[in-house]
Amino acid sequence: MIPDLGKYADTVLWSYVVSIGLLIALVAFSVIRGRKMRAEMEKVEQRMSRNG
Amino acid sequence: MTIAAKANSLWEYANPRKFLATSERVLPFFWISAGLCLVIGLTWGFFFTPDDYKQGSTVKIIYLHVPAALMAVNCWLMMLATSLVWLVRRHHVSALAARAAAPIGIVMTLIALATGAIWGQPMWGTWWAWDPRLTSFLILFLFYLGYVALWEAIEDPDTAADLTSVLCLVGSVFAILSRYAVNFWNQGLHQGASVMRAGAVTGTDTEEKVSNIYFYPLLLCIIGFVLLFIALVFYRTGTEIRARRIKALLARERVNG
Repeated sequence: MIPDLGKYADTVLWSYVVSIGLLIALVAFSVIRGRKMRAEMEKVEQRMSRNG
Repeated sequence: MTIAAKANSLWEYANPRKFLATSERVLPFFWISAGLCLVIGLTWGFFFTPDDYKQGSTVKIIYLHVPAALMAVNCWLMMLATSLVWLVRRHHVSALAARAAAPIGIVMTLIALATGAIWGQPMWGTWWAWDPRLTSFLILFLFYLGYVALWEAIEDPDTAADLTSVLCLVGSVFAILSRYAVNFWNQGLHQGASVMRAGAVTGTDTEEKVSNIYFYPLLLCIIGFVLLFIALVFYRTGTEIRARRIKALLARERVNG
């Protein structure tokens, strides 16, 4: 499955693990915070419209 | 439509509601196309390109290192543009877009620095050297951290936007230096530009350039990083707009008792 990376296998694999890990973490944190803010805004807007 | 009319219609997106509505519409396209480009580009580069005769399999790091470094610099330039819009036209969405982009720039710079160090160890025999390009990238990374810290440290959002915009102007020197340092100072370990150089792409100059075998998957990865950046900026700016609105609503609620 993984191509023969020779003596640099660790170097190449670590680069991919670190980079893809950081990209996934960035997207995950952005989406989690985005959803939290969206839910909170709806909650506050509903409460304010109820209270006039 | 005339250029002036087009420019005027662009300012409509300074309205938070208009920005949110438009970004919700275009975001699925950017997420999906970014994912496709990255998956195809990285799979092509990792599994289906040969080893380089000099660098062996480490050449496969190029598919992450080059796009990340490119986006680290371009992210700051985007922040510079939106900061200037804030300073001149006082549009809140542009200040929030700059704020939303900064953590993306941090991650891109970190990827460029980390993959550069991991790549440099077997090729140069060292993880790090105080080379012009590496050093200017490290300074750019510190500017990103300082930018985010400044936003967090100042309570009044308009003052924070003013001060971070000025910091962004100052940091632009290092963003440009990190791109062109190898051209200014012909010393250090880092090679000159071999990918995003007009002559390298068209084949009109005789300097060393990346072979087409590596260039095409690399181009796809670069497009993927650009699309991912756009998707993240739209999404994160929407989040910042909502966070600002929550603060405003809570403040109004407190005043009304």
